[in-house]
Amino acid sequence: MEFFRIRRDIPFMKHALVFNVISIITFILAVVFLVTRGLNYSIEYTGGVVIEAQYAQSASLTGVRDALVKAGIGEPQVQNFGSSRNLIIRLADKDANIPAFTALDPASKKLTFNADKFAAVAIAAGGPDGKITRTEVVGPQVGKELASDGALALLLVVIGIMGYLALRFEWKFSVAAIIANMHDVVIILGFFAFFQWEFSLSVLAAVLAVLGYSVNESVVVFDRVRETFRKRRAMSVPEVINHAITGTISRTIITHGCTQLMVTSMLIFGGPTLHYFALALTIGILFGIYSSVLVASPIVMWLGISRGDLIKPEKKKDVNGGAVV
Amino acid sequence: MNRYSTWKYILIAVAVLAGLLYALPNFYGSTPAVQVSTRATSAIKVDEVARAKVQAALAAAKIETTGITLDAHGIRARFKDEDTQLKAKGTIEAALITEKDPEDSPYTVALNLLSNSPDWLSSIHALPMYLGLDLRGGVHFLYQVDMKQALTKRLDSLAGDLRSQMRSKNIRHTGIDRTPAGIVIKFSSEPVRSQARGLILDSFPELAVVEGNEGTELKLTASLKPESERKVQENAITQNIATFNKRLNSSGVAEAVIQQQGLDRIVVELPGVQDPGAIKNLLGRTASLELRMVCESPDELSAAAAGNVPFGCEKFPAKTGGFEMVRKRVELTGDRLTDAQPGFDSQTQEPAVHLALDAAGANTFKYLTAENINKRMAILLIERNKGEVVTAPVIRGEIGGGRVQISGRMSSAEANEVAILLRSGALAAPMEIVEERTIGPSQGKDNIDKGFHSTWVGFSLIALFMMFYYMLFGVISVASLGVNLLFLVALLSMLQATLTLPGIAAIALTLGMAIDANVLINERIREELRGGATPQAAITAGYERAFGTILDSNVTTLIAGLALLIFGSGAIRGFAVVHCLGILTSIFSSVVVSRGLVNLIYGSRRKLTKLSIGQVWKADADQAVAAPQGTAAVSAAKAASAVANKKPVGN
Repeated sequence: MEFFRIRRDIPFMKHALVFNVISIITFILAVVFLVTRGLNYSIEYTGGVVIEAQYAQSASLTGVRDALVKAGIGEPQVQNFGSSRNLIIRLADKDANIPAFTALDPASKKLTFNADKFAAVAIAAGGPDGKITRTEVVGPQVGKELASDGALALLLVVIGIMGYLALRFEWKFSVAAIIANMHDVVIILGFFAFFQWEFSLSVLAAVLAVLGYSVNESVVVFDRVRETFRKRRAMSVPEVINHAITGTISRTIITHGCTQLMVTSMLIFGGPTLHYFALALTIGILFGIYSSVLVASPIVMWLGISRGDLIKPEKKKDVNGGAVV
Repeated sequence: MNRYSTWKYILIAVAVLAGLLYALPNFYGSTPAVQVSTRATSAIKVDEVARAKVQAALAAAKIETTGITLDAHGIRARFKDEDTQLKAKGTIEAALITEKDPEDSPYTVALNLLSNSPDWLSSIHALPMYLGLDLRGGVHFLYQVDMKQALTKRLDSLAGDLRSQMRSKNIRHTGIDRTPAGIVIKFSSEPVRSQARGLILDSFPELAVVEGNEGTELKLTASLKPESERKVQENAITQNIATFNKRLNSSGVAEAVIQQQGLDRIVVELPGVQDPGAIKNLLGRTASLELRMVCESPDELSAAAAGNVPFGCEKFPAKTGGFEMVRKRVELTGDRLTDAQPGFDSQTQEPAVHLALDAAGANTFKYLTAENINKRMAILLIERNKGEVVTAPVIRGEIGGGRVQISGRMSSAEANEVAILLRSGALAAPMEIVEERTIGPSQGKDNIDKGFHSTWVGFSLIALFMMFYYMLFGVISVASLGVNLLFLVALLSMLQATLTLPGIAAIALTLGMAIDANVLINERIREELRGGATPQAAITAGYERAFGTILDSNVTTLIAGLALLIFGSGAIRGFAVVHCLGILTSIFSSVVVSRGLVNLIYGSRRKLTKLSIGQVWKADADQAVAAPQGTAAVSAAKAASAVANKKPVGN
């Protein structure tokens, strides 16, 4: 069985402009959402408290919410988590440290969040037999560091990949690959901003993993471009690129399909903890195929890639004998 | 040409066997257990009697066990799940610990997770993967050490020392101030200032001095040198870690992880523990030092020999074993102690502990020693109203200047321990919890189930597709993907890297990505066949051409993984470790192992006419030859005619 029965090279480069316009529009939309809506950072970044609780029967969301409002919290975030018996409650740092929820910590001699006191006020209001199954308390200073570490990691990935591609191929390839793939990252973030999905540490991990992964895609195509340049001397640059993309398209679809099978399985069976992780990967994989093939290649073309860039030219003798004006 | 030399097959076989061996313990699983042991200080050993007690208590509470064993480590009672384990812990504690303060009991009762794998596996260090807190439940704290306070404390005590030394050397200053910049000393004349400067340079190697003038006043500003600052900070964190260790050990928490993170943070992870409040109190409590005289007048000694506590005395356990009778009157407290360092006696070269007292402490100590020559003084560590005599040396002569040396009858390891104890009696620097996580045991199990379930479903789907689409080559790809999973699990078990839920996600993702290499190879082989190559040549060319691409694409993925590893913490780190290891194992398994299998199957066949790699569709042969579904019928003759008749497509 063979899915891809392609007789002739598909003229991808003829539509290069269309692909890039689509890309630019999505990119701009993503940026707009990021600016206007912003990311919904998890408490790992903002500092605060997350509590998960489990009840014997369905938990009363309103009960917990009312109790929290009564305790002095303006807009408490209480949601079901996985099932109606499970609740997840998120408190911002300032809300977590109201007197009703704090107790003296002996090490620092400061008032800090106390899960037992919180349980007595809020969890008890959700129904009988409620018990806390997970608490996570993050101080605001840790969150700030995480944000800057995340930015540094992204920078390191970008520099590392550009450097490697420049070394293995040519700077034009590395620039094209990074532009194509960074715009994936922005688009994933745009989705998270638009839907206000929670942006947590594992989502960041997914975003960076996707960056490394979808650069693969460009690498595979570029590899083929180089090979074709070597073997088919008669072909023009767009033809070479068309040939390379056509030659690798079946591999691209099959590989991504396989990875997506795994990610979909995570999305369905991984539970709420892995949900956004898998979602970020899904968006990343879909846009990754598109951008690293159909966006990176035209950019390479427009940057003026030529056969000479990839195949070491024999040393030409300077006609003027080195004379300059 | 598609043959591996024997050593390559042996290498693959050995790697797979080692992988199997080290991955094996994970299949046995582990059982939640409660472990009863005795404190190191206690004379009582866990015995049959205690075992019987545990058994009776569990039977009375109708808690089912799957076995109670008694060995050198103590009693271990196994249970079927975590909930039973928690209940059982309470029951066993109630039965064994009768003392009002649990810390007075000779027994400690702790939660534990016992591997079910046989002993011979454990003896070759084949252990199951180390599960992170999110997979097995427990408490996680991140403490931030207040370094500013540690530095201030150190500079304060140096200022006190400086003041007293200048007094004793008769160097007259017009004022010593502690400012944020350091210690500022004012003088009225230049000679005095240079005298003071000399003193600081000679006796205070930790301080750097800068001269300055303010109007007519001459000033010296002394501050901590950068390297001493670093040392103070390092000391503060190691001391606090030492204190944490000691406290957790004595409370019987099994498998506690206490680690430094970054320059000023301490991670505490306690698997199985469900009560963060109790742990916070335990870790955060303060201890103090006291200096008292030993009761050793003849009357007191005879009273003690008769088993009575003499009047005005108290009985304390000694660190070295046994007891000491110590006076109730406290001569000096730990507040006056500024430093304790292990070292050697300058004359006898015996291991010793060097103590430094602040000015007021030095003064008191001088009088105390002058009055009590040839008597013994005791240094006590008081924690939660309970004291322990750390050491009780004999006073040989008057000691002034606040520099005290304790020596005699200790090894250098002991000197080191006493120094740490004296320093860390109280925490070296205040600490604050900046991150706290509690995960219930049932949730941990739930996470494991979800993680593995999604991995298996994904793996099976990929396997089905690959076998369907690439036939025998698909089977080979799946086999090498399986080997990849095996290697990854074995490597994680061997390194005992912490596996977290993001780690499981990374395993899944790595498998999903690793199949890329095999897809690349298979597609390439098909393409070579399409181009008219003979099957053997197609295999060789397919693997060779694909390898460069596989390497390139894995390097870019690895760059991302390494960046995550360097800058990530917590969830990200758990993901990155597995991701990076997975990339390394996948290169090996998808290239070397799958090639090995291909060579084994096809390599020795001289007259190979077709490969089972699914249908290879040719643009020109589409109508002419209806190839049997699922097999590639590319005969050598046809390939030759293809070369003769038309330009090859691929080359």
